[in-house]
Amino acid sequence: MGGAASDVEFAVDIRGAALSYGGVPLFDGLDIRLEAGLWTCLLGPSGVGKTSLLRLIAGLDGAAAGRVRAGPVAYMGQNDLLLPWASALDNAVLGARLRGERSDIERARRLLAEVGLEASSETRPATLSGGERQRVALVRTLMEDRAVVLMDEPFGSLDAITRHAMQDLAARLLAGRTVLLVTHDPLEALRLGDRVHIMTGRPAVLESLPLPDLAPPRDVRDPAVLAAQGDLLARLAA
Amino acid sequence: MKAALRMAIVAAGLLIVWQAVVSATGAQPFILPGPAAVAAALVRHFELLLSHAGTTLAEILLGLCLGATLGAFSALVIAHVRPARLWLLPVLVASQAVPVFAIAPVLVLWLGYGMASKVAMAVLIIFFPVTAAFYDGLSRTDPGWLDLARSMGASRWRQLLHLRIPAALPACSSGLRVATAVAPIGAVVGEWVGASAGLGYLMLHANARMQVDLMFAALLVLAAMALILYFTVDRLLRFAVPWQADTLWQEQEKEPAQS
Repeated sequence: MGGAASDVEFAVDIRGAALSYGGVPLFDGLDIRLEAGLWTCLLGPSGVGKTSLLRLIAGLDGAAAGRVRAGPVAYMGQNDLLLPWASALDNAVLGARLRGERSDIERARRLLAEVGLEASSETRPATLSGGERQRVALVRTLMEDRAVVLMDEPFGSLDAITRHAMQDLAARLLAGRTVLLVTHDPLEALRLGDRVHIMTGRPAVLESLPLPDLAPPRDVRDPAVLAAQGDLLARLAA
Repeated sequence: MKAALRMAIVAAGLLIVWQAVVSATGAQPFILPGPAAVAAALVRHFELLLSHAGTTLAEILLGLCLGATLGAFSALVIAHVRPARLWLLPVLVASQAVPVFAIAPVLVLWLGYGMASKVAMAVLIIFFPVTAAFYDGLSRTDPGWLDLARSMGASRWRQLLHLRIPAALPACSSGLRVATAVAPIGAVVGEWVGASAGLGYLMLHANARMQVDLMFAALLVLAAMALILYFTVDRLLRFAVPWQADTLWQEQEKEPAQS
């Protein structure tokens, strides 16, 4: 399982990242370090460049400059990106199939069972609910078995209850991995983050936030978490 | 069941209109024969019609198979190989500016009065809708899927095989539907220009010999054949691309009641 990068203190190190769209710099000279085995959450207004930063780390943005030290990553996007023609199981083993490797069907079945989709492994995405689809996407991400997992608002389209359950599930299944979670939801960042950064301005800068002294996933009923959420909401809305 | 009943009612309505026109205008049977006369001709010349229909059907099916295969292949080449896209795509588009009717005599001259020239006509007419639709589908793969595939370390070839081609199948099947609908045109035009068998040839001859009832009977057989072919292909495509749901209003309205 995880912790493949535990011999160094960071899993991803970005120095002097720069990216501009149409001559306007999104960020310039941006530094961020993802510590190994920890969840780093990235908050900030829409369009500030959170997704671009994540794509840069994933190696998906060729136009960006900067020194990126990151190994192979697993990537989970805003949509579940499930293939409509493939069953849940076939979607889960997509990575191996795309690399031409033998797919570990047994492991995929076990993980699908672990997220409560044992009975739906042969079902196509169209007949799954939004939460179920996102769980299949999570299994697909886990099947990649990478030390670093990048998630771009993975639970943004879910209702509050399903999102809460998904956060617990992701925290449990991704324990020990280095995670970068881009989110719009302050509570989500406060629940899951070992580190929480706010990204603001143009060119964007990062600011680290103090966190309640509890181990994630934090209890949403905890007064310190609730107070921090209030502060954060007020700050982001200002 | 309901669809069959609806078709029967439409067919009956058309027959009534046809008979009404014949009765009202008092048209001579060699100008416009009534449904009864055509039905009689259909029965009288049944074996003749059947053998010529077999020829035309063979031409259409051969043309459809060859044209669809060639069309799909050229779409793959154009989509996957950049120089091919730059050099071949304009040629393909320009080729469509030449009417098939105009090259039919040349094809007959080159390939003879037999089936080959008709199959070639059908291929020419089928090829382009398949290429255009499939290429369109191949070039519109969800960028999110491609990002995901790249983050998973997929080669271009495997992206094509596992993402682009399946994602393009609904578009490709639209092209195939159009191709199936126009395929009989290619075959029949070829038969008009020069042939020794086929429904087009039979119609031309019947017309010249004032056997207008036989001509109409041949036309009826051709239309029936084209319809059956279209619905068979449509059914097969729906079976092959089952994830492409119908989202017409009627279908959506039904949904809440079912679930």
